[in-house]
Amino acid sequence: MTDVAKASAKPSAPPLRKPAAEASAPVRWWHTQRGRERLFHLLFLLPALLYLVAFFGYPVVQNLLMGFQRYGIATFYTGEAPWAGWDNYAAVTSSAVFSRTMLNTALFTVCSILAQFGIGLAIALYFRRRFPLGGVLRALLLLPWLVPVIVSGTVWRWILDQDNGVLNRLLGGLGLGTPGWLTDTSLALLSVIMVNIWLGIPFNVVLLHSGLQEIPRELYEAAELDGATGRRAFRYVTWPLLRPVVTVVLVLGVVYTLKVLDLILGLTGGGPANASQTLATQSYHLSFRTFDFGQGAALGNILIAVSLVFALLYLRANRRAVDE
Amino acid sequence: MTRRRARWPATLALLAPLTLAGCGGNNGVPDDAGTLRVMDYYVDQPHKSIYDRTLKACGRRAGVAIEHESVPNASLIPKTLQQAASRTLPDLLMIDNPDVQQIAATGALHPIADQGLSARGYARSVVDAARHRGKVYALQPVANTIGLFYDKDALAEAGVKPPTTWDELKAAAKKLTSGDRYGMAFSAAATYEGTWQFLPFMWSNGGDERKLASPRNADALRLWADLVRDGSASRSVVNWGQTDVSDQFAAGKAAMMVNGPWQLPVLDEKKDLDYGVAGIPVPKAGDTSVVPLGGEAWALPRTGNAEREAKAAKVLRCLTSDANQLALAAKRQTVPTKTALMDPFAGKHPEMREFTELVRGSRARTGELGEDWPAAATKIYTALQTALAQGVDPRQALREAEND
Repeated sequence: MTDVAKASAKPSAPPLRKPAAEASAPVRWWHTQRGRERLFHLLFLLPALLYLVAFFGYPVVQNLLMGFQRYGIATFYTGEAPWAGWDNYAAVTSSAVFSRTMLNTALFTVCSILAQFGIGLAIALYFRRRFPLGGVLRALLLLPWLVPVIVSGTVWRWILDQDNGVLNRLLGGLGLGTPGWLTDTSLALLSVIMVNIWLGIPFNVVLLHSGLQEIPRELYEAAELDGATGRRAFRYVTWPLLRPVVTVVLVLGVVYTLKVLDLILGLTGGGPANASQTLATQSYHLSFRTFDFGQGAALGNILIAVSLVFALLYLRANRRAVDE
Repeated sequence: MTRRRARWPATLALLAPLTLAGCGGNNGVPDDAGTLRVMDYYVDQPHKSIYDRTLKACGRRAGVAIEHESVPNASLIPKTLQQAASRTLPDLLMIDNPDVQQIAATGALHPIADQGLSARGYARSVVDAARHRGKVYALQPVANTIGLFYDKDALAEAGVKPPTTWDELKAAAKKLTSGDRYGMAFSAAATYEGTWQFLPFMWSNGGDERKLASPRNADALRLWADLVRDGSASRSVVNWGQTDVSDQFAAGKAAMMVNGPWQLPVLDEKKDLDYGVAGIPVPKAGDTSVVPLGGEAWALPRTGNAEREAKAAKVLRCLTSDANQLALAAKRQTVPTKTALMDPFAGKHPEMREFTELVRGSRARTGELGEDWPAAATKIYTALQTALAQGVDPRQALREAEND
């Protein structure tokens, strides 16, 4: 680009310009060679920038503003959203449900991620070996990912039904009792987490498996010569080389898990008695059930802030990985 | 140099479609007064085609074509808000009756009196639901409510009569519970459906939504808690919507249930199920049953086109005419909302007699609290959940919900 511009500009530019005009016109930065290049760079960036501003910047800024406004049903028609300062934040954080939702969100995210990652890594390691039907089985593992969440949510609701669900029929037949998976306040969150783990395993398996494929076989051969096999090969070869992928999987996992909404709505609707209510479901409830968009946005912003912390951690970890 | 200059417009021309693509959507608003846009949430048959035919017939009489759009229940309000913001509201808008006041409060609707319509002759609850600051904003052609459905064979087998009081209900439910069948089913879900099903018990006991932690509300909640605690009702009620309740009843897993007449077509498909409908049991013999008003009202949004607004009012007048009220009620298992039509209707449709009486004495959910109803409704179902799922004392559960 630079060379072509120089080559074409040099011979053709001087004869076309009248000397008088050149003298009178002030020289602006975009008239210089370097400035023109900068301008073109900017122009190439422009579509992406416009896209980001329109589809990411605007909604986020709007949501931040909404959190400080009394934004109700009437706002849509009148366009009036009086400034409310921190009132919305005060209202959502002082609500009795708030501490519960924070704790639920933390438990939901941490438990889901730990189990998804652990099981996902185990399966990925297992499938690294070649064996008959291995490819088919790996494809089948993707199934939970392919089914729409609202469908799997409904199916799980049947499975976990207290009286007629498959699981309780089985447990009851074995004489183990019939717990209220979705109706007992002490079990509902656990059930939701279990289903979410089931749902998240494919994501972990796929990313970790492809990460494992990237590790050159020769390294294991070399390690074997040095006496590192089995667990030690994992500790000194697999894990260090898989680390960048692990960071990506964990951080994306956290961000995806924090905002899980459809699954919980489908299974318990946040109940019973808010036992499985998370920041995401509560924010949805405030905005689209009670139509208090201001408070819903305030809670949503808290969720965004938490996600942002993890996104920054991800960026930092990534930079460190590059530096290394 | 000239060549490079010429690239400028080209670059901009390439960018233009990117920036303009977002604004290209045409919302298809006809500007002439020959077509009216109507929106409702009757996506299911037969309701969709019943309303479609009625609206189109009314349109012909008013001299306009009808563009009838049905969106799913859950998207009606979000879509309405979107349209309100972009000034593309339909000419005639269906709204679930407890939502009318909220929408009216935005200023997006015309009071029906502006177009020469009035709510005279309508049941009180229907007017209460549609009134905001003294003006009526919507008319409801037909109404429904909830009653007690019972499995006749199961009751005969257990030797119990349809219960009319709370004590009878508890005894009957207990007696009817056997094997994998529960005596009673209702919805105590963490949604407005849970609240709606609880209201007949709360109101018939003299309870009120203005003060939640009252002994009367607590007694009603205690009745539900007792039914769950002694195993007469499944613990899953906290997770059941009204359709789930009906499914349980139809499958023979519950001998009695609280539900509405919109389930009649589904239940009638089950040939081996012989069921009856009674009023919801009241606390003591002689108490009156107070049930919440159900059903949808039709409103006239401000569209800024006087000619179309006048025609929409004509269609609404036709939709709520005596003849259409009776026809819609008969076809949709609902009840006409003009009090003068109730007796003739019940005479002609004996299976709807019980519901007609219930609607006559019904109460509007937003009658007392208006726009503040959603907040109270949320508190009520939260208390239901706390008491039924967590086993918290009903009075305590209501107190916690009220203070939240």
